[in-house]
Amino acid sequence: MRGKLSGAVGRLATLRLVAHRFAFLSLVAAAFLLMILGKADILLIERTRVMVVDGLAPILDVMARPASAVAEIVEHVRELAALRAENARLKAENLRLQHWETVARRMQNENAVLHEQLNFVPDPDPAFITARVIGDLDSALGQSMLLNAGARDGVRKGQAVLSGETLVGYIVDVGDRSSRLLLLTDINAHLPVMVESSRTRAILSGDNKDRPKLSYVAGSPNIQVGDRVVTSSSGAAFPPGLPVGVVASVTDGTARIEPYVHRYDLDYVAVVDYGLGGILPFTDKPPPPPPSRRRGGAEN
Amino acid sequence: MDTWLRHFVPFSVTLTLLLLTAIPTRFSGFAGITPMLPLMGVYYWAIYRPDLLPAWAAFALGLLHDIVSGSPLGVNALVLLMVQGVTVSQRRFFLAKTFMVAWWSFALLAGAALGLSWLLVGVIRHHASDPAPVMFEYLATLGLFPLLTWTLARTQMAFLKDV
Repeated sequence: MRGKLSGAVGRLATLRLVAHRFAFLSLVAAAFLLMILGKADILLIERTRVMVVDGLAPILDVMARPASAVAEIVEHVRELAALRAENARLKAENLRLQHWETVARRMQNENAVLHEQLNFVPDPDPAFITARVIGDLDSALGQSMLLNAGARDGVRKGQAVLSGETLVGYIVDVGDRSSRLLLLTDINAHLPVMVESSRTRAILSGDNKDRPKLSYVAGSPNIQVGDRVVTSSSGAAFPPGLPVGVVASVTDGTARIEPYVHRYDLDYVAVVDYGLGGILPFTDKPPPPPPSRRRGGAEN
Repeated sequence: MDTWLRHFVPFSVTLTLLLLTAIPTRFSGFAGITPMLPLMGVYYWAIYRPDLLPAWAAFALGLLHDIVSGSPLGVNALVLLMVQGVTVSQRRFFLAKTFMVAWWSFALLAGAALGLSWLLVGVIRHHASDPAPVMFEYLATLGLFPLLTWTLARTQMAFLKDV
């Protein structure tokens, strides 16, 4: 009797072990299946992904607030420590800027006169939304961030994301109340740009390093360290002339760009709707048609 | 009811660790380094309460990590699942050992885990990313291990002493 019972218990234990192994192996298989499915860009998976992030957004939003406050305090302390050096630097910069102000005023007057003579149609002011960064995970293997604004706030796929006047990335996923910002340094980020001084066109390609590189450089380039890089109108993705960064190094013909804004500087960003197609034309809803023809589109 | 809630502690603590890593830090020196806190959570509970953080929970946490971080789906799910599986299978070895042994074993396991995720992301994106940030991430994770283990042990004593 006893032997029979322990035999049954033994069999049950074996059965449980087998079931356990089977469950584990199915989970491993599920993980691999997800990797393959994720690669195929299936809409359902994308939707689910966006929905889950949307659900977590309020929690992340609340958690990001104290972190933001702490970062601010640390920043203040750091600023206090470097006050003298900073002051000297600012004085020198102020002198330089005063000179530039004179130049700019002269240019502005000249520009106004020229505008009048040419009957120039000015670019309309674009609509924008200010959003806060609420999630930033896995920075070693990817360069994207979550923002606390989504479709209900007017964010659309492909819109430009600016910090101050500088382009930092664009929107790739939009949930109802959250969206994902792809930084220009990400491996998937490609952006038509030009070198301002020589008007050389190129594609800015991220590769998950701090400094993205210039690829597909048009013509015979003469790119110098220190050249400003701005967006170009190619592809009608973004309006031309948005500052991106400066050329930091040119080695073996590959130029690398130091962005004006780094990911750790980002707290509040502006999501801007230029009315152009954006860099990702495959939006769920087509973007509203541009209210008037603009230079960015007309040039192509 | 109370017991049921307490049994939920390991999962929710590890979930909190995951959300903590997602907080944007704006310190220039630490940019790009996020310690793998959920990895430590999964490791700890796999040793001490594998019944309360089973394989599917590790899988779910990993999947959530993939979703929040925007990394390819399934990568962290597989990594955390593997960490859970390996740790549970070696549980008897860990239980009687000193803290240094646990730390050392974690170093091996976390190295393998981060290496695996680096490799998988590289294969899926057809691009081997710079391993340096991953190395820093690894060192930061190891450095935080004692503090986190202490916190988790405190949590276990507080909530799961008798249940």
